[in-house]
Amino acid sequence: MLKVIKNRTEQGYRTTKYPEEAINLYSRYRGLPTVHQDCDKELARQCAEACPQEALNSDEMVIDIGRCTFCGQCEIQSEGKFVTFSNNFELGTSSREALFTSGSLPALAEHSKQHFKKLFGRSLQLRQISAGGCNACEADTNVLGTPFFDLQRFGIDFVASPRHADGIHVTGPISYNMKSAVLATYEAVPSPKVVIASGCCSISGGPFFGSKDVVGDLNSLLPVDLYIPGCPPHPMTTLHALLQYFK
Amino acid sequence: MDNLLQVTNGEAVSRSNIPNLDFNTFRQTILDETRHNGFIVQFFAYEDEEKTLKLIAVIRSGLHLYVTGCSLADEYPALTVENEKFHMFEREIAEQFGVHPKNHPWLKMVRYHENYRGKDDVFGNDYTEDIPGNYPYFTVEGDSVHEVAVGPVHAGIIEPGHFRFQCAGEEVFSLEIQLGYQHRGAEKLLEQPGMAMNRLPVIAESIAGDTAIGHSLCHSQAIEALAGLEVDEASKIIRSVALELERIACHVGDLGALSGDVAFNPPMNYFGRIRGEFLNLSMTMAGNRFGKGLVRPGGISFSVLAEHRKIICDKIASETPGITNVCDLLFSAHTVIARFENTGTVPRKLAEELGLVGYSGRASGLSYDARVTFPTEAYDTVKANVNARTVGDVFARASVRREEIMHSLRVIPELLSKNIDAQPIPFAPGYTLAPDSFVVTINEAWRGEVSHCLLTDKDGAILRYKVKDPSFHNWTGLAMSLRNQGISDFPLCNKSFNLSYCGFDL
Repeated sequence: MLKVIKNRTEQGYRTTKYPEEAINLYSRYRGLPTVHQDCDKELARQCAEACPQEALNSDEMVIDIGRCTFCGQCEIQSEGKFVTFSNNFELGTSSREALFTSGSLPALAEHSKQHFKKLFGRSLQLRQISAGGCNACEADTNVLGTPFFDLQRFGIDFVASPRHADGIHVTGPISYNMKSAVLATYEAVPSPKVVIASGCCSISGGPFFGSKDVVGDLNSLLPVDLYIPGCPPHPMTTLHALLQYFK
Repeated sequence: MDNLLQVTNGEAVSRSNIPNLDFNTFRQTILDETRHNGFIVQFFAYEDEEKTLKLIAVIRSGLHLYVTGCSLADEYPALTVENEKFHMFEREIAEQFGVHPKNHPWLKMVRYHENYRGKDDVFGNDYTEDIPGNYPYFTVEGDSVHEVAVGPVHAGIIEPGHFRFQCAGEEVFSLEIQLGYQHRGAEKLLEQPGMAMNRLPVIAESIAGDTAIGHSLCHSQAIEALAGLEVDEASKIIRSVALELERIACHVGDLGALSGDVAFNPPMNYFGRIRGEFLNLSMTMAGNRFGKGLVRPGGISFSVLAEHRKIICDKIASETPGITNVCDLLFSAHTVIARFENTGTVPRKLAEELGLVGYSGRASGLSYDARVTFPTEAYDTVKANVNARTVGDVFARASVRREEIMHSLRVIPELLSKNIDAQPIPFAPGYTLAPDSFVVTINEAWRGEVSHCLLTDKDGAILRYKVKDPSFHNWTGLAMSLRNQGISDFPLCNKSFNLSYCGFDL
């Protein structure tokens, strides 16, 4: 018992005051990218060609952050002349199209379905489904339950049964071997329900795009309401998206 | 020893030097070699340029690594009959290439996919149907026997898999674990003809995202060996530090989860927060909390300078007392000890028969640690860790993790004490790989021995890319640890192993 009290004192109170107070991530974190429109076309073309994720379009000068793993290679290769990654972790969108960006995203709160805010604004229970995820997305979603983020203080929680859930939060490129389980879980959630695609795998197949063993796009199976990009999304990206979209 | 070629970790050799034995000699050679103190690192099939099906076995014995091979017919007498270590490997070969290992005692699919050669399915599955397919489960019959089926979707934020328990009352007679739900075709993607070289590391670090550094190290070392790339000392140090940070983060997180599983909440919450501190240190170097993007063939992608070294060392110095105290809190609470001790025991003999690796093996007295036996990167300078409790129960697996955390907390400042700046590798669009070559790489990631094996064809294209996550060995250990346990101990046993679903499923 004494040890419990001693440790409690040592550990202190660690929960972030976000969103009242801003959080600054370490400068090396790669968040929302900017595609510099004035970049030399040839350099842009070379970077686009070398992008492992084929996420860059040098004709339209946009990057698909639903496909990007934020590896930062394009920034290195172009020495920041074509693409630079900012520290901004606010990446969630309500449409797939908005993820093709040159540096700005629509304000998520204004593009939410308003009846969702009314229904789920005070209490949102989600069923997480890992469908071919590499456990990075899963781990950084799980982390929202730890004291620093303390997701439950916002009335948001991850629940065991889809029957208790208001929606599903899907990670992974939807392996074919998980396809029916994803659909069955979705079916088991009472309507109206929310579908969240988290991580570039569930949005576009991520690193596994082109594999014949994955569906590669959750939206082709179920109507996605909220997209959370990243490989994996930073916990703050997920937290920001959930708060903006539902609160 | 003409039947075996001795190789070293991460060294490319010509494929023509690998013995091509007749099947019976091959079978006898690797059975002899794995009977005592010999363990399987890799055992897989591939089709050569003439579409001849061949087998490759990489065996470790003591401080040595051996490779050998043979041609394979459509059926052969199973090796599992004589040595259980081959059990899952033979099932994998049967699934991937439609080969029948005769008299295999438990011939079931591993991941549920069509074989690569268009042969009749060994398991009688119809792959136009989504999972679940044609699954025979081991069943126990009797009036008081009941069956519990769990998954693939579990009660939590966790990867999918199916667990089938045969119980009488609360006691589990048998647990069978059926995975495959996470199968993304990683190997096929890595060896896909015409695959862009720069996609490979991105795929490799997503084989198991919690082992991103472990798998990307294996990948990079293999490419480095085949392309003749040299890695400088500073980069080797940083790559080792990254692997240790990954180890600390995962072990700390798991000790917290184990604490939660026995309803002791304070360490769960403290460790949950502390784990994040170490993920953030990976981000300090890589810009990604799992270290994705850091390790690339030839070195590292980002500079790691005095500023970063200081952040890492300062954080380790400030967190170490807290970790020590929370560990003490966890391991001295009698409610915790009562649940951890004598739960889910895998005795040494069984661990040896199954070929367990990593902390799961070390907790059962198998001291193998690839950092010591086959050191890569900067590990030749690192002092080995020793484990005190090795009786194979949950307490032992938890204690080994605690010891490894404390060991890594010492190792990282030691590694960084050389104070040399690590510079990023220049951008390279691709590499030329040595033709007709073979390389095997091994690293001790946090779960244990990760290994990648590459074969190139006459043009230097990747002919076969074989990945083995330590979970491929250890899932059977979890199943065995549940024998005659209360079913309510399953979460605890499961978390003490904490195996990878996607690393197994590929």
